[in-house]
Amino acid sequence: MSIATRDLTRAFARPRSGLGPQRLLAGPKLGSGESWDEHCARLDGPISDRLRRVPPDRLIEAVRRSGLRGRGGGGFPAGDKLLAARRHGSGAVVVGNGSETEPAAAKDEVLLRLRPHLVLDGLEVAARALGARGAFLVAPSPAAWDSVTEALAERADRHVPVQLIEGPRNFVGGEETAVIRWIEGGPALPRFQPPRVVDRGWRGLPTVVQNVETLAHLGLIARLGPEWFAAVGTEAEPGTMLITLSGAVERPGVYEVAIGLELTKLLGAAGPDPKAVALLVGGYFGSWLRAPQIPGARLSRAGLAPLAASPGAGVMHLLPPGSCGLRESHRVVDWLAQQGARQCGPCAHGLPALAEAMGRLAGHRGQASEAGAQLRRWSDQIEGRGACRHPDGAVNLVRSTLAAFGDEIELHERGGCSGTRLSNLPLPPWELRPA
Amino acid sequence: MSEQYLHVDPTLCVGHRICAELLPELIGLDDWGYPIISPDPIPRVLRRRARGTRTACPALALALDHSPGRKARRDTAVAAP
Ligand SMILES: Cc1cc2nc3c(=O)[nH]c(=O)nc-3n(C[C@H](O)[C@H](O)[C@H](O)COP(=O)(O)O)c2cc1C
Ligand code: SF4
Repeated sequence: MSIATRDLTRAFARPRSGLGPQRLLAGPKLGSGESWDEHCARLDGPISDRLRRVPPDRLIEAVRRSGLRGRGGGGFPAGDKLLAARRHGSGAVVVGNGSETEPAAAKDEVLLRLRPHLVLDGLEVAARALGARGAFLVAPSPAAWDSVTEALAERADRHVPVQLIEGPRNFVGGEETAVIRWIEGGPALPRFQPPRVVDRGWRGLPTVVQNVETLAHLGLIARLGPEWFAAVGTEAEPGTMLITLSGAVERPGVYEVAIGLELTKLLGAAGPDPKAVALLVGGYFGSWLRAPQIPGARLSRAGLAPLAASPGAGVMHLLPPGSCGLRESHRVVDWLAQQGARQCGPCAHGLPALAEAMGRLAGHRGQASEAGAQLRRWSDQIEGRGACRHPDGAVNLVRSTLAAFGDEIELHERGGCSGTRLSNLPLPPWELRPA
Repeated sequence: MSEQYLHVDPTLCVGHRICAELLPELIGLDDWGYPIISPDPIPRVLRRRARGTRTACPALALALDHSPGRKARRDTAVAAP
């Protein structure tokens, strides 16, 4: 295994009551992986017993009724994805996407290390629902790899062969078409869709790519039913979700929260610095919230939409006092531009231009308002035009920076800056590895 | 007949700009010379020219089909020189 070391300072599970029922983080003490015996004792036997009794179409129906949406960032309804692949008959392929290429994320890592059997259950359910020939599981780190290897060896009767894959270590490598090319032995680069991967994915077969957290929920839905699943969360966005919280909090780590929870409750559980500058919601494709926006905001797509934000893959970072939002955003956009695959015009030319203009916005030479106008124009030009959503993600962060840090932009226009230090937002020196 | 839409595969396009010269009604350019394509259905009167433009692309990056594309914004696009 040669995965470049990832920063795991956030990879602590923080089970907490008061944030919602703990479903993925429930069970024995969260120090090491839950064993097969513990898993079966806690959840009433192996998933295969359950799967023998339920026909595949009923499984898909249950997932659709549960309202489960993808937890990898896009929020697509999981049942609809299964159904779309199932329309081609049986023989589709399932990919558990644990690439977790977002540097500030650690929830897939935590899940695979501590609760590997929940994810493997979900992989079996999806495979069974699709009549799949095989399944892949992409692991984010050596520790996750070891945990899943051990878990696979413990499982008695398996329906489908599961092949474990070392994850890509470039940011866009976690995108679904890139993951498929990576598994095929190619470079971890996205391709243009259509054809959609549910129609033509791995080696041309219909393929369902699902985030590993989505799979863990799916496994529990097959055991406990859609009504159980939907009893928590909001009507449109049921269930719990994992949040990776880092930055200016006393207890950084991975929290499980009911969707729709007040943001202040989550932050309260983590011990936030009261003088924090802003909260980044939704990771590096996400949005900044300033302190006055946080009270009353709820953690769901609908709850954050009025603030032009979205939970994404549940990545949050609280910017510590003394940081300049413009400098931090410039560093992230610059990193995103470097991480772009440059296969597309908007990525090859647009993102470096955004990064350069962000540099002027964050500088002290009084160029902030001119840079702001260019950033707006280029954001409008770039949006929607990459083969994958990478450029759109960068555009989202740029727009949010302009909207959230108006005070700081004014200060910079006059040659000032309120920053006294750099934050510890992780920006690893990843490069696309040759396949 | 159902509506037709024009798409570009951005991984194939290298910014030849020919499309924007041949079909300025539907194709503008971004500040780096790459096409921004109208997300609206191709008007009937432009269908023939749209087909011709597709075959004229040296990178074979253009496609015509019946599914609407993503909503790209053309309001800041510039016309081909
Ligand atoms: C640039 C980029 C990077 C992505 N990285 C990941 C990732 O690391 N893990 C992941 O599960 N999804 C990632 N996604 C989303 C996947 O393309 C895909 O939507 C997801 O794996 C589907 O699973 P879900 O429906 O269960 O969320 C990424 C998307 C983009 C555009
Ligand atoms: S937008 Fe960038 S990352 Fe996405 S496919 Fe195109 S070149 Fe690759």
